Amino acid sequence: MKSKKLSIPYLIWMVVFTLIPLATIIFYAFTNKQGNFSFEPFQNAFFYSDVFVRSIWIALVSCLICIILAYPMAYIMSRCKERTQNLFVMLITIPMWMNFLLRIYAWVILLQNNGPIDTALSILGINANLMGNAGTVVLGMVYEFLPFMILPIYTVMSKIDNRLIEAAQDLGSNSVQIFKKVVFPLSIPGIISGITMVFVPSASTFLVAQYLGGTDNIMIGDVIDKIFWTDQNTGSAISLILMVAILIFLVLMNFFGDEEAIS
Amino acid sequence: MKKFISIILALTLCTACASLFTGCSNSYEGEINVYNWGEYISNGEDGTIDIISEFEKQFNIKVNYTNYETNEEMYNILKNSNSSYDVIIPSDYMISKLIEEDMLAEINFDNIPNFDKNIMERFKNPEYDKGSKYSVPYSWGVVAMVYNKTMIPEKPTGWNALWNEEYKGNILMFNNSRDAMAIAMQMCNIDPSVVTKEDIDKATEKLKEQRPLLKKYVMDQVFTEMEGNQSAIAPYYAGDIFTMMDNNEDLDYVLPEEGSNLFVDAMCIPKDSKNKELAEKFINFMLEPEMAAANAEYIGYSTPNTAAFELLDENYRNSELISPPDEYLDKCYTFYNLPDDVYSYMQEQFVKAQS
Repeated sequence: MKSKKLSIPYLIWMVVFTLIPLATIIFYAFTNKQGNFSFEPFQNAFFYSDVFVRSIWIALVSCLICIILAYPMAYIMSRCKERTQNLFVMLITIPMWMNFLLRIYAWVILLQNNGPIDTALSILGINANLMGNAGTVVLGMVYEFLPFMILPIYTVMSKIDNRLIEAAQDLGSNSVQIFKKVVFPLSIPGIISGITMVFVPSASTFLVAQYLGGTDNIMIGDVIDKIFWTDQNTGSAISLILMVAILIFLVLMNFFGDEEAIS
Repeated sequence: MKKFISIILALTLCTACASLFTGCSNSYEGEINVYNWGEYISNGEDGTIDIISEFEKQFNIKVNYTNYETNEEMYNILKNSNSSYDVIIPSDYMISKLIEEDMLAEINFDNIPNFDKNIMERFKNPEYDKGSKYSVPYSWGVVAMVYNKTMIPEKPTGWNALWNEEYKGNILMFNNSRDAMAIAMQMCNIDPSVVTKEDIDKATEKLKEQRPLLKKYVMDQVFTEMEGNQSAIAPYYAGDIFTMMDNNEDLDYVLPEEGSNLFVDAMCIPKDSKNKELAEKFINFMLEPEMAAANAEYIGYSTPNTAAFELLDENYRNSELISPPDEYLDKCYTFYNLPDDVYSYMQEQFVKAQS
């Protein structure tokens, strides 16, 4: 009884700040400007499918690169002495204490024409326009969200019982086999929560693309932002489609993730 | 020792309380709520006049000052929230919208003697408020172009520079439907002050044609792009171009030969204001030459106040960018309120042109 009472504030919070807004978005997505039931917003939303696919694609690529970079890092961290581990965690989180926009601005300055990286490359004889393409946007995303991939994987890995690894060694596994049969399967929950924390925000963020991208890199978040100024219905419809797409993706992830963890 | 410290602590607490009470006892005679753009009033930084506290001191009236970022944000708050404001400073087209929707109070100009005395003739009786009943101009400017002399040696003349293949990849454009569409419409010989959906379609085609040549759609980023020699040319607001030129000697401006958008932000009193007379007092105070001059200097946009203009720095007064000649201003147009469906269509087409 007592625990039920304790949960009441959270329930109210959920209803007011999650369920009601969600219901409002669904309501707007299925009504036209006159307030009647209609699929018009979805028909309008269809126009932006290119942008939509592009955003999901950029999010997926960023997410994949994050995994490739984060996994070894998390593994190395979890094998270190505890004091070193804490130091690593601190070093990874320090950049997050700084304002998001400020860090993106820093990349703009690093990458711009005649900026430090461009100058260094031109000395080596490489003349490339570093700004305003999809690659830069992915770079910005990876930079921004990498900590959110490293930390969950690291947390899960550092909890792996060392005795399991020792047992595998005793049973004659070499290090590759240990990794394949013990460490990797046990770390999958970390990868999944990492993907959730990276993929979801990178699919909907637009600041990175606005600062590091060019005219061809407009993201779906940007479209939602601008459309909402005058047309809440279409904006809601796009948001809803994005939410459903992310939900499907995450359900699939969890489905495969569970299976692999069992086998 | 412990006792000593606790006595000291108790004493400091008492004095703190006492000072709090004296703070309260300094009671104001009245209160007004002012709702303005961010960074749009001289605030005492770097030896400028702190206008709000100056007003509070002189009239013993408390000013609650809050900010908004866009006209639309201000409109939504005004329409949907319970808070009442006494002075707002919207732009031209928003003022005509507010007048149409009967959301502004008629100003009693007997309480604002500075209006007749100081405001330039050009800004009395404007298109967006015929007969000047609801608004008192605060600041104005034109949209111009800023370009980098090292990248574009010959001074461009008109908007077509923004469609010039030679500058491909180095052109910036407004990331704001109304301003971007207006330029595209001028390129199609359409008057952008009041537009129809067909006009918007033509402008959209023009913008689509321009997109492959662009580096980016920008608003505030234009400062870093132009000041850092990253882009060759961009359209922007004259006062801001003046600031950019101050920070980078390679930059110069162009007043497009076709004419341009003349925008005005003006002070208004919402209909539900509870302190209309105090609001008028505030507006009149803002028209005092020293105050208006301090504002013009702080904001960097032009002032519609003759007396204030005289007080400004010489290179500011002589700048054609800040105060274009009358012949040029006659070629300019001011935005007028668009019906909701047309504005919504414009916004939608602009997003489509970008995606």
